[in-house]
Amino acid sequence: MTAAVLAAERAAREGYGRLLAFLLARGAGLAAAEDALADAFAAALAAWSSSGVPEKPEAWLLTAARRRLLDGHRRAATAGAALPEMLRSAEEAADPDDPDRLPDHRLALLLACAAEEVEQAARAPLMLQCVLGLDAARIASAFLVSPSAMGQRLVRAKRRLAAGGGRFALPGRAEVAARLPAALEAIYAAYAAGAADPADGGALAGEAVWLARLSAALAPEEPEAAGLAALLLHLEARRQAARDGAGRYVPLSAQDPVRWNAPMQAEAERLLRAAGALGRPGRFQWEAAVQSVHAARRVTGRTDWPAIRLLYDALLAATGSPVVAVNRAVAVAETEGAPAGLAALHAAAADARLAEYQPYWAALAALAARAGDAPAAEAARQRAAGLATDPALRAFLLRSGGPHCDARAMEC
Amino acid sequence: MQAMLLIYSDEKAWAARSQEEKGAIYGAYMAYTAALKEAGALISGDPLQPSMTAHTVRVAAGAPQVLDGPYAETKEQLAGYYLIEVEDMQAALRWAARCPGATHGVMEVRPVMVMGPPPG
Repeated sequence: MTAAVLAAERAAREGYGRLLAFLLARGAGLAAAEDALADAFAAALAAWSSSGVPEKPEAWLLTAARRRLLDGHRRAATAGAALPEMLRSAEEAADPDDPDRLPDHRLALLLACAAEEVEQAARAPLMLQCVLGLDAARIASAFLVSPSAMGQRLVRAKRRLAAGGGRFALPGRAEVAARLPAALEAIYAAYAAGAADPADGGALAGEAVWLARLSAALAPEEPEAAGLAALLLHLEARRQAARDGAGRYVPLSAQDPVRWNAPMQAEAERLLRAAGALGRPGRFQWEAAVQSVHAARRVTGRTDWPAIRLLYDALLAATGSPVVAVNRAVAVAETEGAPAGLAALHAAAADARLAEYQPYWAALAALAARAGDAPAAEAARQRAAGLATDPALRAFLLRSGGPHCDARAMEC
Repeated sequence: MQAMLLIYSDEKAWAARSQEEKGAIYGAYMAYTAALKEAGALISGDPLQPSMTAHTVRVAAGAPQVLDGPYAETKEQLAGYYLIEVEDMQAALRWAARCPGATHGVMEVRPVMVMGPPPG
């Protein structure tokens, strides 16, 4: 995709999300509002790619949506009689701080997508669709479901949301704080799905990073929002470096820091500092801090494993997550030796969820090899390869010499 | 539920691969089969001989007819299968994505029809 097309797509998604959130905050039904904007959004994607982004993207979208509503009388019945009036009033509702734009209600929309009544598996896809205008088919493969199943999942989620009263107005600060964790969790899930789906060049991972940045900007008092944005930016900054020129997998420990995206890492550091200044640490800030330690290798030439170990101690105490336990075991091996790391890993293995968790087996292979237990290392390496979905990673695991120990578990 | 994972792959492209490439793919299949077994998901699975070894049989007007070759001439041919036991379709798709066949070919995933007890 050329830069112009990317810019057009970004502007169209930005405008679409703002408009949809605005209409919903004004009381429009989700289905009706999506219906009203769908054609205008499609037209914007096509037109702006060739002729450039207009000066006032949202006004352009609004005009197109209104024309469409006026043209199609048949739509009026389904779209709701109030909608044309809402679209008209939207043209006069400019943000006092930024007269070319609408007031930004997207935080409310993000929170609504992760509301209690929406099933967990639908939250991330719902955000990608409502806030960014992505279609079900494009979202589906990243979450490893068929397009039709994803379509049904989204329809069901929207129905539940409507039945739950669809809270699309921005809640007070206390409620934002209470409901934000679920939204951040969903954005994280969207990133994990996108990053594990190299088929589309990681475009979906990029969209998730954008959602995290948006959350951080819209909820500046919430340090975990900035923490998540910092975490995803750090991971995204290294994603390209995880492949060499021939497409082979390169583990973190073997990556050349020159290939990391420095501006992204700098942005991550800024966000993490801003989050830290609020004095309320949390899961995403700690995870971002781990990645920040890895990123420091660019400058220091080494990895401060004791620092990583401390961060994972905090994370494990806070979350009890088996994924964190695997990563912590790797850090324990780096600081106290392979046998101690193996003991930590075996303790984590009590969690049945790890049986099909590829990074667990890769970590076991690496630590067993270092501890001198070649047969256990070989068995674990085979198991890890058998569970890998990414062919480059599978080939890496199967290549002689065995796996290197790395923190890839983070990204899965 | 039981699911059938059918591996379709281009035989010509396969034949054109170097011994080294084939060896790497065989290794990947061994690891994948072992992982299925360890997870308690494997019922059975095998590669098939090339489609040129296939025969089709039908009984027309009471007389059996045997023809050389596979039933359907397609760009990709049925190359092997796994029959697995999994929680749901999502889990079946996850295993299909892990199969090396999803990389060198394409996987078809079909739920197995559950039949009631035999009559009588």
